[in-house]
Amino acid sequence: MQNTLSHKYQDGLIAYQNKIKAVTAEEMVLNLGPQHPSTHGVLRLELITDGEIVKEVIPHIGYLHRCFEKHGEALNYAQIIPYTDRMDYLASMNNNHAFVMGVEKMLGIENDIPKRVEYIRVLVCELNRIASHLIAIGTYGIDIGAFTPFLWCFRDREHIMNMLEWASGARMLYNYIWVGGLFYDVPVGFEDRCREFVNYFKPKMKELNELLTDNQIFISRTANVGILPLDVAINYGCSGPMLRGSGLKYDLRRVDEYSVYPEIEFEVAYAKAEVGSIGDCWNRYKVRIVEIEESLKIIEQCVEKLTKEHKRTKEFDPRALCPKKVVPKAQDFYCRAENPKGEVGFYFIADGRSDKPFRIKSRGPSFCNLSVLPEISKNVMIADLVAIIGSLDIVLGEVDR
Amino acid sequence: MIFDTVKQLLIEKFGPEVIIAEEPNQKQPALIIKSDLIADVCLFLRDHPETWFDFLSCLSGVDYGIEQQKFGVVYHLASIIKNHQLVLKVVQENNRDEENLPTFKSISSVYKAAEWHEREAFDMLGIFFENHPDLRRILLPDDWDGFPLRKDYKTAEQYHNIKIDL
Repeated sequence: MQNTLSHKYQDGLIAYQNKIKAVTAEEMVLNLGPQHPSTHGVLRLELITDGEIVKEVIPHIGYLHRCFEKHGEALNYAQIIPYTDRMDYLASMNNNHAFVMGVEKMLGIENDIPKRVEYIRVLVCELNRIASHLIAIGTYGIDIGAFTPFLWCFRDREHIMNMLEWASGARMLYNYIWVGGLFYDVPVGFEDRCREFVNYFKPKMKELNELLTDNQIFISRTANVGILPLDVAINYGCSGPMLRGSGLKYDLRRVDEYSVYPEIEFEVAYAKAEVGSIGDCWNRYKVRIVEIEESLKIIEQCVEKLTKEHKRTKEFDPRALCPKKVVPKAQDFYCRAENPKGEVGFYFIADGRSDKPFRIKSRGPSFCNLSVLPEISKNVMIADLVAIIGSLDIVLGEVDR
Repeated sequence: MIFDTVKQLLIEKFGPEVIIAEEPNQKQPALIIKSDLIADVCLFLRDHPETWFDFLSCLSGVDYGIEQQKFGVVYHLASIIKNHQLVLKVVQENNRDEENLPTFKSISSVYKAAEWHEREAFDMLGIFFENHPDLRRILLPDDWDGFPLRKDYKTAEQYHNIKIDL
């Protein structure tokens, strides 16, 4: 398999082909994926194994590549928002928020956004963060062999899906947060339903902890497996629960203080190694559990604000500030925000004339988090490799874009 | 401000020719670095106690348009400890010939995060990185022809006898 590119640029490809050819008689090349439930989507891994031991992992990605960046160059800013939904399709609100924030900062209107709009944005983002973490936890259980948590997590996630569907009209791909505002105000009664959900969900988290977090079988499978040291995590650009699972208290919601997060009280979750050691699969999992609890606190505070200080009024129009045509001045801008998976970033180049970006690059957190996999899965068992992939919590829609 | 500190440190260490130009008036000011020195500059900025840029947020290859025969790479560095950010750029003229790709030094020895980002830039824009440990296509198949994010890219008519219909 060769393309027409000159040979001097093909050293990498030839080296890879030779590596696969040079596999010795004791070793075996094992193909994992792309259609395999434990790879969480269409990730293909080529493993060079010696018996049960994985000697090397070569990830192959791109099966879900949908040319986000190329499409972005042909669409105007408002039209790109639905495409960002489809990057990390489990956390569409957070992607919308990051993208919209970048465009607003380029336009220079980020300080004019009404507080009610910002609180609604944070509210729906945190709901979506819980939904995303529930998937991560539920499917992680199923990777390890626990079937019940999967059903419980999906049952509870469904409540969030219904609420967000009520607000935006779509179940997963919302296109709800717009440049300068929102699609609509939240429906009447949404705040009460959020309260109800929080009250319903808190005891369910306790049950989940009893069932999975403190489960001895689960701990045996995940504690001290796939240890990611902090220096390696930083060097590989890992972010989000991966980085915090390695023991660093670093959350862009606190570091950049964007939106209304400075007005909200919450703790940044990080690995404390109650079980296992810092940077292992269990600690990454635990960070997500704690983050769900913190998100519940944020939701309570947002609901409080939305029913008291920034109450719904008749005059309030969430689209009042939405520009008819988004034409930023000529500039480059990189905007980053905290997504459930880590740091999501958008790099824009605007030429100042058109309402389409000249170049748009997205930095998916899963992309960087996945790149560390070959490093932390050297000389592990194949079954442990599955545990490690699950603990990364990747979404292939974002890896491939 | 960190931008001026970095500028001064770089001039002290590498001499004035290291900074080709600067874009100070942007919201995120950028330094355009001499392309041969980018890996050394990154290593220096990563390890210097005043700058401590330990985190590579993003690396983007850019095609600056058909009229300008120019390609570039933009590096967004961040420091976790010091909590500041910096933008570095390298640019190079190129005549868009497949036999002569724009070539930069790889920074994957400094930041491992750059490894996949550089593969992506190679895949999408045909920017070649010297000293990269494993430079091959990442998102597209190995036998794909052309670089889709280039501004002059023409969509292929078919791929393995599958018609590409837009």
